Amino acid sequence: MKNLIDIKDLSVDEIQELIKVAKDIMQFPEKYSERCKHKKLATLFFEPSTRTRLSFESAMMELGGNVLGFSSADSSSTAKGESVSDTIKVVGGYCDIIAMRHPKEGAPLVASLKSDVPIINAGDGGHNHPTQTLTDLLTISCEKGRLDNLTIGLCGDLKFGRTVHSLITAMVRYKNIKFVLISPEELKIPDYIKEEILDKNKIEYVETNDIEEHMDKLDILYMTRVQKERFFNEADYIRLKDYYILNKEKLEKAKKDLCILHPLPRVNEIATEVDDDPRACYFKQAKYGKYIRMALILKLLEEADWYEYR
Amino acid sequence: MNIDSIRNGIVIDHIQAKKGMEIYDALNLSELDCSVAIITNARSKKMGRKDIIKIDKNIDLDLDILGYIDPNITINIIKDDLRIEKYHVKLPKEITDIVKCKNPRCITSTENELKQVFILTDEEKRAYRCKYCETLLQD
Repeated sequence: MKNLIDIKDLSVDEIQELIKVAKDIMQFPEKYSERCKHKKLATLFFEPSTRTRLSFESAMMELGGNVLGFSSADSSSTAKGESVSDTIKVVGGYCDIIAMRHPKEGAPLVASLKSDVPIINAGDGGHNHPTQTLTDLLTISCEKGRLDNLTIGLCGDLKFGRTVHSLITAMVRYKNIKFVLISPEELKIPDYIKEEILDKNKIEYVETNDIEEHMDKLDILYMTRVQKERFFNEADYIRLKDYYILNKEKLEKAKKDLCILHPLPRVNEIATEVDDDPRACYFKQAKYGKYIRMALILKLLEEADWYEYR
Repeated sequence: MNIDSIRNGIVIDHIQAKKGMEIYDALNLSELDCSVAIITNARSKKMGRKDIIKIDKNIDLDLDILGYIDPNITINIIKDDLRIEKYHVKLPKEITDIVKCKNPRCITSTENELKQVFILTDEEKRAYRCKYCETLLQD
């Protein structure tokens, strides 16, 4: 693994190894506090995403490394018309690893083809966000103790939600995974996800627009936000944005050990009264994100050193 | 209707009817300095109607273009009036700079020097996806 562009780049074994290292970091943080001393992470955020950028920067700092970068295209040479390829070639000379977010889909892949240092895709438009998926997998592994034998409810915007698509892609590789796909008609999961991923892997799933219908069967409930920027028509957005609001009442039939996840930021889809419920794991999930990114940075830098040594 | 047979050259046969011109354009056959014949709507036992292209010269064909436009095409190589080789084209695993990605959010829409690459993801459905943004190529 030289780069992480798409969650499909990682084998089940590689994911398992990252999860193992992340758990070890959580248990023995001091062991890792100088592992990236004298190494530099560049966070190239061509579009703003404060929490992902801070998570990467915090991860590198906890490994004893340094960070540099920019947080919007306005403050980079892109504003002067520089191509992604040129930016990467230049920045690669100033750092050891790059985490990159870009509004154009496929930009991190282009960067990885031109770069001498490892590239981590920190989100490219509505396409991929593999470190969010790794975060989700670490959270599930820590909270449920397994990644197989799970019934996973995915709720909200299943049409445009890239986190949902990536999570499905990652989870179908584990045994006995079932999905409950909960969305309004307009935001149903695209056919190609059903045909190319669910059906192809013979995964059991049901579609519903009722969040409570299968609540008692769920091991995981993954809530998502209806994203305003995906709609051309504001009236549609207003009509759909509060379609699901998870509250205590809706959780009445849920299992005692349900795990509620959300990639954050949330708007109204989870009532704040749920935050105190022990089954609410979304803030812990954000914290897990830092640990899996630490494991990923370590892994990619080790591999890069190995290639250089060879 | 009679078209002269060729001594040395290529016959592109079993082209889906009406697709002959598309192939003529895609292969840039108008640039050649030899005779090229396009026969459209020829009778075919197998296909009902078909198009045929005869090229009076042995040239390097871009098989990826042919396979992408019509994977049922057969190629016949003619030498000294004899067919010395016959083969079928296949759906190419990858096509480069034949079609453009229509996704306005794709990186190829802004990075001009990038090649337009599509990868075959489902042979049965003839589905190609952009190498960069994975958008499905639609006819």
